[in-house]
Order: sequence, then structure tokens, then C-alpha cells
Amino acid sequence: MPPGEMANGLAPGARPDALLSVEGVSVRFGGVIALDDVSFRVARGQICGLIGPNGAGKTTLFNCISRLYQPSAGDIRYEGRPLSKVRVHEIAELGVARTFQNLALFSTMTVRENVAVGAHACARGGFLANAFSSPQARRAEREIAAVADALIEECRLQHVADRYVGELPFGVKKRVELARALAISPKLLLLDEPAAGLNHEEVDALASEIVRMRDRRGLSVLLVEHHMNLVMRISDQVVALDFGRVIADGTPSAVRAHPDVIRAYLGSAA
Amino acid sequence: MASRLAWGLAVVFAASAPFWMSGYHLYQGAQVLIYAIALLGLNLLTGYNGQLSLGHGAFFAIGGYGASILIVKLGLPYYVAIPLASAVCFVAGFLFGFPALRFGGLYLALATFALAVATPQLLAFKRLDFLTGGSEGLHVPKPGPLLGLPLSVDQSVYWLCLAVAIALFAIAANLLRGRVGRALVAIRDHPIAAESMGVDAALYKTICFGISAFYAGVAGGLDAIAVGFVSPESFGLALSLAFLVGIVIGGLASLGGVIFGALFIEFVPNYADQLTVYFGENAKALPGAVYGVMMIAMMAVAPMGIAGLFRSLAQRLRKA
Ligand SMILES: Nc1ncnc2c1ncn2[C@@H]1O[C@H](COP(=O)(O)OP(=O)(O)O)[C@@H](O)[C@H]1O
Ligand SMILES: [Mg+2]
Repeated sequence: MPPGEMANGLAPGARPDALLSVEGVSVRFGGVIALDDVSFRVARGQICGLIGPNGAGKTTLFNCISRLYQPSAGDIRYEGRPLSKVRVHEIAELGVARTFQNLALFSTMTVRENVAVGAHACARGGFLANAFSSPQARRAEREIAAVADALIEECRLQHVADRYVGELPFGVKKRVELARALAISPKLLLLDEPAAGLNHEEVDALASEIVRMRDRRGLSVLLVEHHMNLVMRISDQVVALDFGRVIADGTPSAVRAHPDVIRAYLGSAA
Repeated sequence: MASRLAWGLAVVFAASAPFWMSGYHLYQGAQVLIYAIALLGLNLLTGYNGQLSLGHGAFFAIGGYGASILIVKLGLPYYVAIPLASAVCFVAGFLFGFPALRFGGLYLALATFALAVATPQLLAFKRLDFLTGGSEGLHVPKPGPLLGLPLSVDQSVYWLCLAVAIALFAIAANLLRGRVGRALVAIRDHPIAAESMGVDAALYKTICFGISAFYAGVAGGLDAIAVGFVSPESFGLALSLAFLVGIVIGGLASLGGVIFGALFIEFVPNYADQLTVYFGENAKALPGAVYGVMMIAMMAVAPMGIAGLFRSLAQRLRKA
């Protein structure tokens, strides 16, 4: 860990072995300040809930971590190394996977192919190897197929594996996105409103699925969700954003009881 | 399975053509194969990778002129000249792929359109006369008999084109089947998601541009020795647009569609032209009009291209 890091205002209780640390990140779009000096950390193997009313800046933060947006100030460190020079496509190779709030699937491809694209970074073999179907390319293809098959089963997608994604219902598409993200073999999984559009039972199933994924793979999860129940039940840590600022950071019960959080939610509900 | 059978039959049919076709018809057959190669390259770029090019005639021209210059001025045999000229096309396409990264959609269409418009002028450029033959063009000697077999020139050219086409189709099919093909389509479908999944979109798009230009270059080189002549007018905007017509009519993102597209752009304008014979000199504009009507009719009947039409027919048969 670089020296002097303890001095820059870590949240109380933040562990030094953080997988992800967001340090003073600000993002502005013209006059709108989407993120304003946001700092928090996510420890290895933990589920961190990220809550806040619509427009609080949660998706913007995800986009900064996945390098789609460049923060105007601040730094994001992953495994201790700053992400500011990392290119978008290198993020997957580092082990950061995400789902998108408004589905971002490859609509003309089948479910299996979508999941296989997730395994893209895990395999080698470029144009020449593929063009001449070299042994290396064929081996990579078998490995990718095995990864995709396992995830299709794990995410209960067998019955639609060879269907085109464009024609599937919303809930199934969300599971395809999850499977595609897991194909990256991530260490950090960013989930942007995975429970949107799900009914009660499905939300329950999703909750235990996320916990199971974390336990089995030892990954860290950053979970953006509006379902307070879900977030509070499975998170080890919760960070609350409002108007781009961190208003609370701590255990689920502490954050739930925080007066600013109550005010932000009452305010947005009104 | 059914598609393998169809490809097998098509290859047998195409390979047997010189036994029952000759002269001009065989020459037309070679043209279809040459167009199919160029369309295949354009379809990789536009159909599969989503990069629109209105200027592929320019790469066809580089292949054609490049091969001709190497054959005529340096005395190289065509089997060295065409690969060299095509390699130049790969580099040209790859380099063009970089500015293309910045122009999305319609802007890329415009930039490639400019390329197509400029090509005939550049080829006729006076200072390059010593290489290109200026507006006169270059005469290219026809290749000798293939593999020393007792074949006519037309048969040699035809089988050469067929062999090259088969090899290039196999390579394209390999590319598209695996990791690279998925990445190309993923970039077309959702570039941001593709990059977030670890696809180096800039690299894939520029290499795809290079490969696409390479295919066009091979086609241009074969065309030069099949026709025996290159001149600036043959590589104008009309050629670039014909390629685009070919991939859309045949079917975007379809390998088989490329064959139908090649048949369409080889034969339909010809038949439209022949109409003038019946209507005399007054009907100068008729071929264009007929060609236009045919294209509109095709899009009405087969909006997903001819390959799409076959796919939906096959689906209906399977369900019935
Ligand atoms: N690409 C963008 N351009 C302009 N404004 C944006 C952009 N992305 C987000 N914003 C703005 O930033 C703020 C935060 O948005 P967002 O991160 O999507 O919120 P959340 O995900 O918490 O609902 C909003 O005011 C939104 O309008
Ligand atoms: Mg959001």
C-alpha cells in the first residue's frame, strides 16, 4: 500500500486490503455534478451495496470504474493500482465485470454466443490462428465453450441457450447479462440494478444467488439496487449517495438509520 | 448439415462449369467468382463488423492496378503479383481503419464515398502515367495454362478464380466461427458492451478493415488478369456502389448471400442493358430504370437479402 494513504480520510472500518478504492472521484457533465468527491473502499470477498435516489450518480460511478467515463478529479485504485491509464477493454482482463442498468446484450447473437463473448479475454488466439483454425485456436474455442456451458447451466439458461437474445423476455435477458459477466471470471462484479423488473420470489432467488456466487468464487460485489430489502439483507457494507455525494458509509443497519439517508429517501419519495 | 450439403453442391456445380460452359459464359462465371470475393470482403466489414464502406472499389482498384503494374512493369508472374498487391491493400485498408475509428456511421460512409470518387482521378493522374498508363490504362497479358494442364485461357482463369474463392471463403468461415467472429459481431451489436467484455474494438475494427481491403484487392487482381486490361473508368463510384448493392441484395452478414449478391450484380445490369436492343436508341435510360426497379422489388420480396429469404423458407419448412 502506498504510504500516506491512511491519512486521506478513509471511512472508519475500511480494511487495508481493499480490492477497490475510490478516492475523491468527481465527474461533471456540463453544469451537472454527477459525482462530487466520492471516496469509499470495497474489501475482497465482500458485498458492497450502493444506494441512492435516481440521479444520485450510481451508474456514473460504475462507468468510471469500467473506464467508460474519465473522472475530472480523483483516482480509482483496483488491487492497489490506479485505473486512470487502463483502457476500456483491459478492465475485463484485470477481472472487473459488470452488468448494465439498461441491458447491453448482443441482440443478434444467441445466449451461448453472448456468454462466450464474456470469455473473450480469458482465451488467446488472434486473426491468423482463427483464420487457419490452428490447434491453439481450436483449444481456445473448446475452453470458451466449456466456460459458456457451465455458466449457462449455473444461470439456468439451458432451455434458451441457442435462442437469439433479442427475442427473450426481460428477466431472462438479465440472467444472460449476469452469465456473460461471470464468464470474465471476475474478482470484482458490478451489478447495476439486477433486481429491476423482477417479482418478489425472483428477488429472493437473486439475493441467494448473489451470495452463493460470492461464496463460491470469492469475488467482491458492488451492488446498485433500489430494493432496500435486498441490499440490506446481503450487503456487508452499504454506501449511500445523494446528488453525487457520499452521505453514509457503513454497516447496513447503521446506514439505514442514518438521518441523511432517511431524509434523502423521504425527499425523493415526496 | 443442410448448409454443408448446399455448399458442397455449389462447389461441385461451380467446378464442373468449364466442362459445359465456354467462352463468354465462362468469363462471366469468373466475374461472378471475382465479385463474390470482393463482396465477401465488404460483408466482413459492413455486414459483420458494422462499418459502412461506400468506397471498396478503391481497394479493388489498388489490387487491380497493383497486380497489373507488377506484371507489366516488373515482369512478375501473376501468382506473385496478386498476393503482393493484395498485401498492399491490407496495409491500405488497415491504415484507413484508423481514421474510420473516429467517423461513426454516416460520416464513415461519406469518407469512403470520397475515396470512391477520387479513385478514377488518381488513377488517371498524369505524373503517374509511366506506371498506370494514364487514361489509356494498362494491358495485362492473360495467364498461361493453369499448372501446365492443357486448358484454354478461359478455363484456366475460371478455375484459378474458383480455387482462390474457395480458399478465401474457408478462411472467412473459420474467422467468423470462433472468438474473432464473435468479437466482430459483438462490436457491431453493442460496441460499449463488447469493450467492457475485453474486446479491443479499435484493434479488431482496423484489422477487419485490412482484411476486407485484402479481399477486395485479391478480387481486383484476379479481375485484371481475367479482363486483361485495367483503366481508370472501370473503378469508379458505380463499382463501389455495385458492391454495396451486392451485399444488401445477397444478405448482410451472410456468407452464402455473397454468392447471390455476386450473381445479381453480374447478371441483372446486363439483362437490363439488353432491353435497349428491343426498344432501340430512344430507351437509353431504360437499363438504369429496370435495374432500379429490380432492386426495389428484391428489397420488397427479401428485405433480409436473398440469403434471408432462404433462411426463412427453411424455417417454415422445418415447422411444417
Ligand atoms: N452521459 C451523461 N451525460 C450527461 N449527464 C449525465 C450522463 N450520465 C449521467 N448524467 C447525469 O448524471 C447524474 C447521475 O446519473 P446516474 O449516474 O445515471 O444516476 P443513478 O444511476 O444514480 O440513477 C444525473 O443527473 C444524470 O442526468
Ligand atoms: Mg443508474
